Amino acid sequence: MNHLLSLPGFLFQDSGGAASTALESIKHPDLSKFLVIGAILFIIGVAGVLTRRNIIVIFMSIELILNAANLNFIAFSRYLQDTGGANPLSGQVFTVFIIVVAAAEAAIGLGIVIALYRNRETIWVDEIDLMKW
Amino acid sequence: MFRYIWLVPLLPLAGAAINGILGRWFRFPEKLVAGIAVGTIALAFLISLTAVYSYGFGSEQQWPKPYVTTQAAFTWIPGGAVSQTLGYSEQGSPTASLLNIEWSYQLDPLSAVFMLIVTGVGLCIFVFATGYMHGDPGFYRFFAYMGLFMFSMLVLVMGSNFVMMFVGWEGVGLCSYLLIGYYFNKDEAANASRKAFITNRVGDFGFILAIFGIIATFGTAQYTDVISKAAGYPVEILGTWGLMSWIALGLMIGACGKSAQFPLHVWLPDAMAGPTPVSALIHAATMVTAGLYMLTRTNVIFQHSQTMMLVVALVGAFTAIFAATIGITQNDIKKVLAYSTVSQLGFMFLACGAGAFIIGIFHVMTHAFFKALMFLGAGSVIHGMHHEQDMRKMGNLRKYMPYTYWTFLAGWLAICGIIPFSGFWSKDEILWNAASTTQIPLGWLVWLVGTIAATCTAFYMTRLVAMTFWGKERFAGHEHGKKHEGHAQKKEHGTHDHHAPTPHESPKSMWVPLVVLAILATVGGFVGISTAFTGGKHVGGRMNIVNWMEPIIWNPATKSFHTSEPLSATAEVKIEATPHTSELSAETVEPESHGFNLAHSIEERLHSETATEWVFIVISLVVAGIGIGLGLLFYVKSPALADVWATRLRPLYLASYNKYWIDEFYGLTITRRTMDLARGVFTFDSEVVDGVVNGSAWTTRLMSKITGFTDKYFVDGLVNAIANFVVRLMSPIVRAAQTGFTQNYALVMVIGLLAAVAFYLIKVF
Repeated sequence: MNHLLSLPGFLFQDSGGAASTALESIKHPDLSKFLVIGAILFIIGVAGVLTRRNIIVIFMSIELILNAANLNFIAFSRYLQDTGGANPLSGQVFTVFIIVVAAAEAAIGLGIVIALYRNRETIWVDEIDLMKW
Repeated sequence: MFRYIWLVPLLPLAGAAINGILGRWFRFPEKLVAGIAVGTIALAFLISLTAVYSYGFGSEQQWPKPYVTTQAAFTWIPGGAVSQTLGYSEQGSPTASLLNIEWSYQLDPLSAVFMLIVTGVGLCIFVFATGYMHGDPGFYRFFAYMGLFMFSMLVLVMGSNFVMMFVGWEGVGLCSYLLIGYYFNKDEAANASRKAFITNRVGDFGFILAIFGIIATFGTAQYTDVISKAAGYPVEILGTWGLMSWIALGLMIGACGKSAQFPLHVWLPDAMAGPTPVSALIHAATMVTAGLYMLTRTNVIFQHSQTMMLVVALVGAFTAIFAATIGITQNDIKKVLAYSTVSQLGFMFLACGAGAFIIGIFHVMTHAFFKALMFLGAGSVIHGMHHEQDMRKMGNLRKYMPYTYWTFLAGWLAICGIIPFSGFWSKDEILWNAASTTQIPLGWLVWLVGTIAATCTAFYMTRLVAMTFWGKERFAGHEHGKKHEGHAQKKEHGTHDHHAPTPHESPKSMWVPLVVLAILATVGGFVGISTAFTGGKHVGGRMNIVNWMEPIIWNPATKSFHTSEPLSATAEVKIEATPHTSELSAETVEPESHGFNLAHSIEERLHSETATEWVFIVISLVVAGIGIGLGLLFYVKSPALADVWATRLRPLYLASYNKYWIDEFYGLTITRRTMDLARGVFTFDSEVVDGVVNGSAWTTRLMSKITGFTDKYFVDGLVNAIANFVVRLMSPIVRAAQTGFTQNYALVMVIGLLAAVAFYLIKVF
């Protein structure tokens, strides 16, 4: 039971190993841990954009990238709240902006996809190579 | 009065300038032009007369020293220092002297004689010309040229140095050109004037080389200095050739050109294309005598070269007989007189060559009288015959032109050498001096040639008089002669029937000068009366030409200028040789003998010089008589005889009639060859020189074509090939980036992003 409880402690902070430390870690997780998660999400998103054939899946990967950036913002916002920086909520405000932009972009993107499908009858991006020499 | 001789050349020049410059502009009437011209010459003559009188006989007489003007004289060419590279000096190395050529006039016995001849005979001719040229549209131009000629001639004879003589020399040559070519519309006149000028120029070349030699030898050009220095030089005996001979040769060539001696005589007969007063003045009395003047002026130099003296005598003798034989067959009255002039000039050169310079000048004087007289008489005849010049169309003119006839007779008798006319005295003295000369060998040959020439002279002059004035009239019904001498004369005669002209006597302006000259031709010879008549002495003091001119003639026997006989009026005057050569004067005093001497051999038989002279006088008269007799026989008594003999001696006749083909010979060798040379040089210029220029242009164009070709095909080709190669090489490689696959592009963007982040991180750490 203690091992399971101290596992988040491993994840977030390696300070003493006591239950209070673990709890502390759970209550106040280290910033870098959030950033790492955000980076992992970002990389997964980029990999998806670069490698997937299905254009809808590419869009989903783009969303993933955007959300990874959101996660970064929120982590920083929380960090600044805890450490007493100026304007700690600006990260969360910015996140809301990004969500809006992501939504608009998705709408436009899907419009492009539909136009593309109507002309090319395909959703596989490797078949759309008119600009090839 | 002799101080004012500088006016003498100036007056004719002023008259010429006024007539020439203003005569046309203001349209001077003929009388004004004539008045100015004749007036200036008359004034010049008057001044000359009084000047010579005061020089020789007046209270301040300067004779025998030469007088050089100081009034109105100026330094003409301040030449600076010259080195006498050719002459001797005391130190043995060339000395330097100051060559200042001044413009001043010299009055001495020689120039006095010439001044009087030029202005006196010139005055007669000017008066004649006012009548002869009447009606000619170029009246003012004629007298302007004549005035210019008088100025040049007077500068020539009155100048005090050789350079002034040369100025006058060239000036008279120019005026001769202008006056011979007076009728410039006629081809014949234009060609003749050119021929005269060019032939003269050949002579001038020799003359100017001689002047250079004189300046290089003596360091000065003034007569007084040159003559006194030259006297001190050693005499170059026969067979040797030295400095004096070279200078004398140059001078002789100049004299041959100006005085029409063989081989430069060709211009004088052609010069008859000019108006008759020109022929009288220039080609009888004055210009052609310039050579004689020069010869006598430089007699010191000539007598220092015995070889040149012989050359002068031989050239003179040859010319005398050569021209006389041509004159025998000529039909134009003026041509006969022209050849007669050449022949008589030969006599004068003969005299100078034999050492009798004074007698040569004496003959110049008498010849001026009778030849000018005869030329003016011929002009009167031509005028009266309405410009007929062919003697075959004349005859019996004594009936129509009495004044002309009687005055012409005086000239005829003078030139034939009949006593007591002037020509006899001078010609006889020439032949006597030729036979008795001790300065050159072959005196006897020269005498013989001269005597034969004198016979020919008498013959052809009698022929001229007979064909013109005696015998049958041959002009009725004939048309004009082809040679017209002035188109204005035609206008004057208006509506005359030209096909049967009656000859008429000339106006007073024309026959009065004839009378004056006839008087001079008759009595003018007594100033040189032969010693045979006066008991072996030259009588008359300074009025005797021999006494008058003796101070300027160098005597090689005594090596000084004074005479062998002392003069009564003045003390002995000696013009000393320069001191450093006084040791030479101690040498040879007696005359050298040069082989056979005709006079001496006769004298040995007769034992008296006077008797020997009488022998020669008689011989002269006899040969003159033979000449006249033959002339009368052939042309008065039996006129057919002339044609008979012409046919019998046809080759000789043709040679004489064609002037021995000298003109054709010159044309073939000199004139045509010069034109060929000109043509050759022109061809060279147009083909070789222009060819080089054009060729270089052609080469440049060729080079530019090659360069263009190279540039277009090689350079550009290389550039294009490289470009193609590079494109073909790189294109597929670079093309590969364009996959058209959006996700590739996105990949590139991500790689770029990672690179930037890595760069930032690594840089930071």
